[in-house]
Amino acid sequence: MKWLLVAITVAATALSDLLQSYELKRAGEQSVSARGIARLAVTVARRRYLILSIVCLAFSFFAFMALVQSQPLSFAVPASAGSFILETLAARLLLREQVGPRRAAGTLLVLGGIILLAR
Amino acid sequence: MTRPRRAPARGCYHQTVDQPRKARTYLLVLLFIALRGFGNLLLAFGTKRLPAALNAHPSAYLQAMADPAVAAGIGMLIFSLFTRMALLSIADLSFVLPVTAVGYVLAAALGKVFLHEEVTAIRWLAAFLIFGGTALVGSTPQNTTKEALSK
Repeated sequence: MKWLLVAITVAATALSDLLQSYELKRAGEQSVSARGIARLAVTVARRRYLILSIVCLAFSFFAFMALVQSQPLSFAVPASAGSFILETLAARLLLREQVGPRRAAGTLLVLGGIILLAR
Repeated sequence: MTRPRRAPARGCYHQTVDQPRKARTYLLVLLFIALRGFGNLLLAFGTKRLPAALNAHPSAYLQAMADPAVAAGIGMLIFSLFTRMALLSIADLSFVLPVTAVGYVLAAALGKVFLHEEVTAIRWLAAFLIFGGTALVGSTPQNTTKEALSK
């Protein structure tokens, strides 16, 4: 059961982030001023990929809550940080981002740090 | 006769055109990290002083939201979600993920300062790794997608 919850958390987080990144680049530059937030809220409400990303975010949140309820945080945090690798690979393959050696090495260092932080 | 205008050197072009966007990206990163860190801190502070433990019943969550610290925490986390969306509209996902991971370090530091939680040597090592990784990723261009490169 714990690995199912990890899989749901990782998959839902990755899908949510990928959908947001893809759709927000198409929507254009957003801001966080009062007017910008209102515009962003309208953008989210009008674009089905962004709505789907919020649904995925909710799934990831509740799956993670269920995971930390039944498992120690020292397992839940590093296990769910696996989404880092999945998302970086997907960003490279699906979003066509350029993930060079420096970015890949930095991402692995951060992942190592998160795993250590949860010990 | 008009002389053909010379295109600016690549380095100059990037300095004049990309600098404001780069500054904006880092401003959004800082705002997101601060909102997420203090939002989580307020949420932890608020839920820890609640009389009863949260259970699956919705009324317990609604009661918790009536607490000013919890309400402020939720408000900050919602604002942090919008900030991250604004960030993703101008920067790569593979850039945003590791750069915003500094928030894990801030969470540990805030936990130590305000909630008097223990930060072990291993956690400081973790913070060092996260900072190093973030600095490495931060030195790469923040947007490398085809649309950004063709602009």
